[in-house]
Amino acid sequence: MRPGALSKALKGGAIWGFIVLELIFFSIAGEMVSLSDKAFMDWDNMLLLLKQSAPIGIIAMGMTLVMVNGNIDLSVGAIFAIAAIVLLDSMTWPIFAGLGDRAIPVAWLLALATGTALGALNGLIVWKTGVDAFIVTLGAMLGFRGFVFMFNGENPTSHLNWTLVDFAEAQVLGLHTATWFLLGATLAVWFLMARTVHGRNAYAIGDNREAAVNAGIRVGRHMTINFAIIGFLAALSAVVFYSESGSVNPNDGQLYELWVITAVVLGGTKITGGAGNVIGTLGGVIAIQLLRKGLGHVGADTSTVNLVIGLILIAVLILDRQLNVKGKEALKI
Amino acid sequence: MATITRRQVGDALAQQGILIAFAVFMVAFTLANPRFLEVDNVFSVVRSSAILGIMALGVTFVVISGNLDLSVGSMMSFSTIVVLDLHDQIGPLLAIPAMFAMTLCLGALIGFLVGYLRLNSLIVTLGMLSAIHGLTLTYSGGQNMDIADKEGTWFGVFGQGFALGIPVPILIFVALAALLGLVLARTPFGRKVYAVGGNSAAATFSGIRRGRTVFVCYLLSAACVATAGLIQASRSLGSQNTVGQGLELEVLAAVILGGASLMGGSGTIFKTVIGVLILGFIQNGLLLIGLPFYVQFVVTWIIIILAVWLDIAAKRGRLWSPIA
Amino acid sequence: MTSVKPVLRLDGIVKTFPGVRALDGVSFSVMPGEVHALMGENGAGKSTLMKVLGGVHQPDSGAIHIGEEVVAIADPLEAKAKGIVFIHQELSLAEELSVAENIYLGELPRKSFGRVDWGKLAAETDAILKRLNVRFDANDRVGDLSIANQQMVEIARALTVEAKAVIFDEPTASLTDAEKVVLFDVIADLKAIGVGIIYISHRMEEIFRITDRISILRDGRYQGTVATAETTEEDVTRMMIGRNLDLSRNASHHEMGEVALEVRGLSCGDLFRDVSFEVRRGEVVGFYGLVGAGRTEIAETLFGLRVPSAGQIFLDGEEVRIQSPADAIAHGVSLVPEDRKGQGLVLGMNCRDNMTLPQVDEMKTGPFVAEGAEIAIFDEYRERLDIRTPSWRQKAGNLSGGNQQKIVIGKWLSMNPRVLIVDEPTRGIDVGSKSEIHKLLRALAAQGYAVMVISSEMPEVLHVSDRIVAMYSGRIIRSFSSEEVTEDSLIQAISGLGGDQAA
Repeated sequence: MRPGALSKALKGGAIWGFIVLELIFFSIAGEMVSLSDKAFMDWDNMLLLLKQSAPIGIIAMGMTLVMVNGNIDLSVGAIFAIAAIVLLDSMTWPIFAGLGDRAIPVAWLLALATGTALGALNGLIVWKTGVDAFIVTLGAMLGFRGFVFMFNGENPTSHLNWTLVDFAEAQVLGLHTATWFLLGATLAVWFLMARTVHGRNAYAIGDNREAAVNAGIRVGRHMTINFAIIGFLAALSAVVFYSESGSVNPNDGQLYELWVITAVVLGGTKITGGAGNVIGTLGGVIAIQLLRKGLGHVGADTSTVNLVIGLILIAVLILDRQLNVKGKEALKI
Repeated sequence: MATITRRQVGDALAQQGILIAFAVFMVAFTLANPRFLEVDNVFSVVRSSAILGIMALGVTFVVISGNLDLSVGSMMSFSTIVVLDLHDQIGPLLAIPAMFAMTLCLGALIGFLVGYLRLNSLIVTLGMLSAIHGLTLTYSGGQNMDIADKEGTWFGVFGQGFALGIPVPILIFVALAALLGLVLARTPFGRKVYAVGGNSAAATFSGIRRGRTVFVCYLLSAACVATAGLIQASRSLGSQNTVGQGLELEVLAAVILGGASLMGGSGTIFKTVIGVLILGFIQNGLLLIGLPFYVQFVVTWIIIILAVWLDIAAKRGRLWSPIA
Repeated sequence: MTSVKPVLRLDGIVKTFPGVRALDGVSFSVMPGEVHALMGENGAGKSTLMKVLGGVHQPDSGAIHIGEEVVAIADPLEAKAKGIVFIHQELSLAEELSVAENIYLGELPRKSFGRVDWGKLAAETDAILKRLNVRFDANDRVGDLSIANQQMVEIARALTVEAKAVIFDEPTASLTDAEKVVLFDVIADLKAIGVGIIYISHRMEEIFRITDRISILRDGRYQGTVATAETTEEDVTRMMIGRNLDLSRNASHHEMGEVALEVRGLSCGDLFRDVSFEVRRGEVVGFYGLVGAGRTEIAETLFGLRVPSAGQIFLDGEEVRIQSPADAIAHGVSLVPEDRKGQGLVLGMNCRDNMTLPQVDEMKTGPFVAEGAEIAIFDEYRERLDIRTPSWRQKAGNLSGGNQQKIVIGKWLSMNPRVLIVDEPTRGIDVGSKSEIHKLLRALAAQGYAVMVISSEMPEVLHVSDRIVAMYSGRIIRSFSSEEVTEDSLIQAISGLGGDQAA
């Protein structure tokens, strides 16, 4: 065992401990106030929870990668909306009319390609101009949202395809389609980050960018690839979600970036980069969704969710500070 | 020597680039539609920019001190809802100071967390964005807030009134910009904000109390937000509880457009005002030449990135980043 | 030696930047198994030369030969591929990653699907670590290692490629003596296997201890190469600065005043224990010891940046409690910190604002900063300290190291302090400015200031101090007057061998 592995494990496991606490708390509290006679830890309820975690969760995997890489992406909500529109709109395009249901994979591919391209565009701008990712993606958040409106003005874009809905609502081995996609994305990004050279280099860049440059790591390329990946995952999230819902408003996906970042930070990813993993992020995503559902279960106002999540985020930060508090003789700066 | 001159030109462009861009836009829009520069239109642009602008003044302090504030949008919703609610309960005269006190408490909390506990400002204000949003929803019970007797109150003066023929929101914006501009540029406190943002350790080694300086920045930001909320509430005498949603990023965009560095230590109130006006006039100009409102989003995107890019390019002496 | 071909040969390297000729025909060669020192003042072109070698800059003209071959080095990666390896002054490690991943940073072995070949990585890392004889493991997190061990990781990196030339850039800056010995052993090992070594350092004793030849740069021009065994420190210094340096001992004696600062039994955790000393007006007390001996920490405690665990501090005979830098400043204690750029100056701020920063609260007309008074202060100290800058509007970051240091010193002098503490007054400052700073410190004492100088350079301490306090491992071992001190006794004291006489 490496030195410091225990404290690391504790840190990494904290989010799961928190999830267990949430489960216990809401089960007991649910018994006491009991608005419904269903138990909180009902199997179907938990499966639903996973499914509902998917849209944020899939994007959060990409955000973990981008943040470990030392960047941030504020434009994921807008990419999400664009991909959704491309998905639904393209199925109605005359050129695909003859394809029937075979238009579905084409629409999927188009949506995913759009997301990937927009993500890569962000990455290229960050790479080639040297402008901070925060600023680049803050701008893109606005710009991409402008693109969203260009499709259909302020009107919703709708196209319900029942084959798609069936697919999205299917349950394989008990898990919903969306859950499978969430688990698939988690596994894929985990593999990428923990096992591949690209992933390890992403850590190195986020940890010490100058060292990475000096070691000849092609920092810009890696960052661009990671932005493309988060774009792809934002689109994938949209594809999974809108296959079922079939209608997208031009304001959909707003504030997703904030939820996603919250989940990633709760999951233990270092805000300055270099440390973090998708398993923690998965925990963060589930913890947030559990909180939402749990508060609803005990009859709390939905607005309380925002309050509680905000306070938990800050509490985690304070706790982290206290755990890493410097010795008494440390320099006071 | 020619190279040095070119460099000086580059520096000058980087320093004054935003002003030049501003001038170019104004001329272009005026040529496209002569109504653009009419007094009525200018007033309407500045008036509608005033709320964003006032918030940007406070955020300028926070950004120069080396921090971020993503909570100003939901804090503005909070102020608006609170002052509207209290208006009917305790009357406008008491409602306004009560609302200011409550908003300042939120600012003080953030200032304490970021200034004294030294927590990461991005995460703290992200958390506060969510928490204050929840607080506002809980406070309002999820309902929109309206003043019962809209005819019988003088409360509308802040948002709708005129003084000396000028809309009151503009007067407040200009007065606050002048005041805070002086505070930042000329007072010891302003100097300390630059020092803390420029090099926090060096500021500490010069006896400056970093925590207190950052704390006051967030208080100032909250005071600006409260003023913006007051104008918002007064303008429509009623409001949705999500009125400020998303404004935090627009405010930040204006501040960055004005040339403040997210690293801290640079930026001025004057430049922020220019940033705010550019956003406002672009929005207005695009509408005047008949483009739909969302085109401004795309234009803003391009302008923000160009502005920051050219600034960086001038500093490193080459257009493209040399990173492989 | 004539039959042996150099591993690396530079031939007439020229590099110009807008307005500056940074390198002007630099030529020298490094033999296999040779430790070749590269010396020069700051700004002499050493770092530009290294950047040319590292592929960061392209030379305007001239050729780099590696072995027989003329090479063009396009980027750092290519430099490494060609066998030129850098051990940087500032460690460039990813702290969150493992030792193995750091050693193979940028060159992790691959398997199919872009996977890392962990087995191969571990095997190769273990082999290298065994060669270096270190006491840490390939899987350790680098952030958990000591600075010296982290440097070993950097050196291990050099061994991953068929290194032809290894360049050490100020490698001992943050090492303890014991760690230096290990480093020198490693250099000897590299030498033994025929690697050519370029060793960049300002520390003469090291240069004369481990190098075979010395090449000297001045103002971008190559001044020549000398065999270390056949030259002296004085000769090298003369080549570096083009004149003789006065490195003599402080001989001036003027009247000492009252005790300005007295410290009794001061302790701070494990950093330093039971430290007692006094500093009189008109006196320079030099604190000498190795890095980690607790000198800087004492200064930081006196300046209110650390909380002492025991002891008393007296200023002009009155006991004071100093809990923050603001307290310290109010009591007239000033600190010129070791890390000038990180702690001394706000580099993006102009010179005037930097200089008046601690007293900006006091300099007011109405609510505003009295800028006229500030400019007056700046002008006064610009003249008094001979700060060379076109105007107060110049950003502090644009000044040379020596002028920056003078700004920091002026910042405190303008507040008329009771005690001036200067930590490493000439670190990273070129030789010419060094002697100016030394003169300045002497002059300040003559004007009646109580001055505490912390330095790791023995000539500096000997030169400026009236009294020298030797520290070892958090304790004061001995206090010497300038008449009684000898190099030997000083070295003994800071190695923990000297007498037990308290200061």
